[in-house]
Amino acid sequence: MGLLSRKDAKLITDPLADNNPITIQVLGICSALAITAQLKPSIVMAISVLFVMGVGNVVISLLRNLIPSKIRIIVQLIVVATLVIIVDQVLKAFAYSLSKELSVFIGLIITNCIIMGRFEAFALGNGPWKSFLDGIGNAAGYGLILVIVGFFRELLGSGTLFGFQVLGDPVEKTGLYAIGYENNGFMVLPPMALIVVGIIIWVQRSRNKDLIEEN
Amino acid sequence: MAINTDKNSYTIIFAIVMVVIVGSLLAGFANGLKPMIKANERYEKQQNILYALGVNNNEGANDVVFIGTDQVEEEFEKYITKQLVIQGDQVTEDDQAYLIDISKEENKAKKADYQRRLPLFVANLEGEELYVMPVRGKGLWDAIWGYVAVDKSMTVKGVYFDHKGETPGLGAEIKQRYFMDDFTGEKFLHGGAFKGIEVAKGNNDPKNQDKSDNEVDALAGATITGDGVSAMLRKDIKLYVPYFKTLNN
Repeated sequence: MGLLSRKDAKLITDPLADNNPITIQVLGICSALAITAQLKPSIVMAISVLFVMGVGNVVISLLRNLIPSKIRIIVQLIVVATLVIIVDQVLKAFAYSLSKELSVFIGLIITNCIIMGRFEAFALGNGPWKSFLDGIGNAAGYGLILVIVGFFRELLGSGTLFGFQVLGDPVEKTGLYAIGYENNGFMVLPPMALIVVGIIIWVQRSRNKDLIEEN
Repeated sequence: MAINTDKNSYTIIFAIVMVVIVGSLLAGFANGLKPMIKANERYEKQQNILYALGVNNNEGANDVVFIGTDQVEEEFEKYITKQLVIQGDQVTEDDQAYLIDISKEENKAKKADYQRRLPLFVANLEGEELYVMPVRGKGLWDAIWGYVAVDKSMTVKGVYFDHKGETPGLGAEIKQRYFMDDFTGEKFLHGGAFKGIEVAKGNNDPKNQDKSDNEVDALAGATITGDGVSAMLRKDIKLYVPYFKTLNN
């Protein structure tokens, strides 16, 4: 018997694949489009959301019997907003250049529908430990897609990974560029993120037919 | 004892307590981290100014690597010999000039009776006197800004550009080496008069070998950001021309 019972483990593993918030529930798409032009901001965003969701779910779960149902959405919003401001301030103090790169998108974590969705659907009805796992799991599922999309968009759009040129130098025409390869400028624009997410959804559903909706 | 969470009085008390707790928590955080955030902003300005002068930690041909935050203050003291504030005809020395918020100055200058304060950084780089000017303008989505280093004849020695929210891969490329390096050697003056430096499409000089045309090659797909850079340079550098005239007389 490990640290997690099978049921608890499922809370983490389910959102990674078969119940992924982005590819299955199609939530949190907005930020998935906006910040995935490069790998590094994708990863920082994933970590920030992981923190906000893990802590937020626990806080909401602890308060679940105290929160008046009339104002529960506002209370949830306050919890998210507080955590997001803390993340923003900490990034500004300790990772200034990164916080500049992510600029407005850290603030926009507040509007990430996955977070409010999990508060409302899970944390309000379950204990803190389960809620914590659920938060971590969903944030990880979200982060995973972000990183995959960021990887392909940076590689095909700019020919770099983490800012390092991995395909050769487009100006000096070395590496792949020597044989006529060109970066696809379209990859860095938001519409291509949607198409990459679409491809991930396609691949996932063709491998697991149970996920295909009827009609 | 079960609490009746549906009562109005409970709801109001809950809201008040929550706001007080959250408010003090955030105030505490903001206060605790403020010195570090302010320091980061200061370092960034110093790093940008030094970068425009060509003082950086670049290694590869495409690197944009600033002097580390641990050394930047020292290096700034070493290279920047004087920080001037130009206000009309008056030139005063002020070692905090780099902290002048030029967007605020620009707004204040819209009032007729206000003389805008222009910061100018005088640097000594291997015996040569260089001047760094801050510039600020509008890109496609949001603010763009930068620092321009020139010599006495207003020939560019180096630039640094940055932006708040230009399109990644297109307008955001203004902070890439291949764009910024093109400015080096270009001149702001043309036949003794101020002309600016235009980010030009189709100037038949993609490698920027012609340094007397007052033009650099534009970025593909970033017309408005490029025009923003041209406009920003024209608008802000022009303000310094009278000072440079007095220098050369």
